[in-house]
Amino acid sequence: MDDITPPAPPGGCGPTEWATRRRAVLRDALAVGTATGAYGLSFGALASAAGLSVWQAMVLSALMFTGASQFALIGVLGAGGGPAAAVATAALLGSRNALYGLRLTAILQARGPIRLLAAHLVIDESAAMAVVRTDQRSARLAFWATGASVFSLWNLATLAGALGARSFDDPRVLGLDAAAPAAFIALLAPRLRDRDTRIPAAAAAALALALTPAVPAGVPILAAAALTVLVGLLRPRRGTRS
Amino acid sequence: MWLAVLLGAAGCYLCKLAGLSMPARVLDDPRTQRIAALLPVALLAALATTQTLTTGQQLVIDPRAAAVGVAIIAVVLRAPFLLVVALAAATAALLRLPE
Repeated sequence: MDDITPPAPPGGCGPTEWATRRRAVLRDALAVGTATGAYGLSFGALASAAGLSVWQAMVLSALMFTGASQFALIGVLGAGGGPAAAVATAALLGSRNALYGLRLTAILQARGPIRLLAAHLVIDESAAMAVVRTDQRSARLAFWATGASVFSLWNLATLAGALGARSFDDPRVLGLDAAAPAAFIALLAPRLRDRDTRIPAAAAAALALALTPAVPAGVPILAAAALTVLVGLLRPRRGTRS
Repeated sequence: MWLAVLLGAAGCYLCKLAGLSMPARVLDDPRTQRIAALLPVALLAALATTQTLTTGQQLVIDPRAAAVGVAIIAVVLRAPFLLVVALAAATAALLRLPE
């Protein structure tokens, strides 16, 4: 990796300082990749439990490559929801990645095929790592390094998780059906500390639960999404919080 | 399954690409920001709830509810992600043993 040292830009930092920064960015990128590997492991296992083949789990991690959407897709399919409901839920969850693009466009300044590749790597982790950097060069490196690191480890972990779960006949014996909602709750916990988020989330959950006996699988989640969009449109946030 | 896998992947990629291609005006709109921040949390909360308390179209209380209860306690105690998931799985697996 050390053989590709880009020349320092005019007006940028010196080569020694850049080397230090670059090392810090690459180290963080690897750490973030390793951390998401753990989620990949559970994703692979849960995908198997939801009835997906190892190949389907692998294709999801390689092509969809955005964790929450992947977990949601297998969640809806595993509960017996149709492909339409599963795809709609995954896409709705993926919509937040579009917002990262707004910040990243200026940082990356990618065009043509590079932009198409960059788009694939726009995820929570790469966006978060890029936007906190103070200079553009570090930000760009952080985006690409984190994207590459998470992509590699996420896919490897998915394979390991899927193969691991395959070796059991009924994943319920391992309690994997309870592991899925537990994983969601662990993912959500930091966001639920905010009251303005917690109340709409609780309302969405209550609506989905109440609708379940009455409508086909998959629909309760979409109704919860519709309710959330409505709440977002109607409820103006007070200026004190922004 | 494959249909959902491939269409879902395409949909998510288009979301990402849209962000890098969209005029700033649309994504800058506070309503867009608010909805995009709220949607993932609300959807995952709804998903976690139905996964815990329903089987097919029926509301049920079974070992999953106890397992998720344990997970919530672990989360409140700030246990790391993998531990939370492992505790939930272990709880459900143990409660099913006598069956």
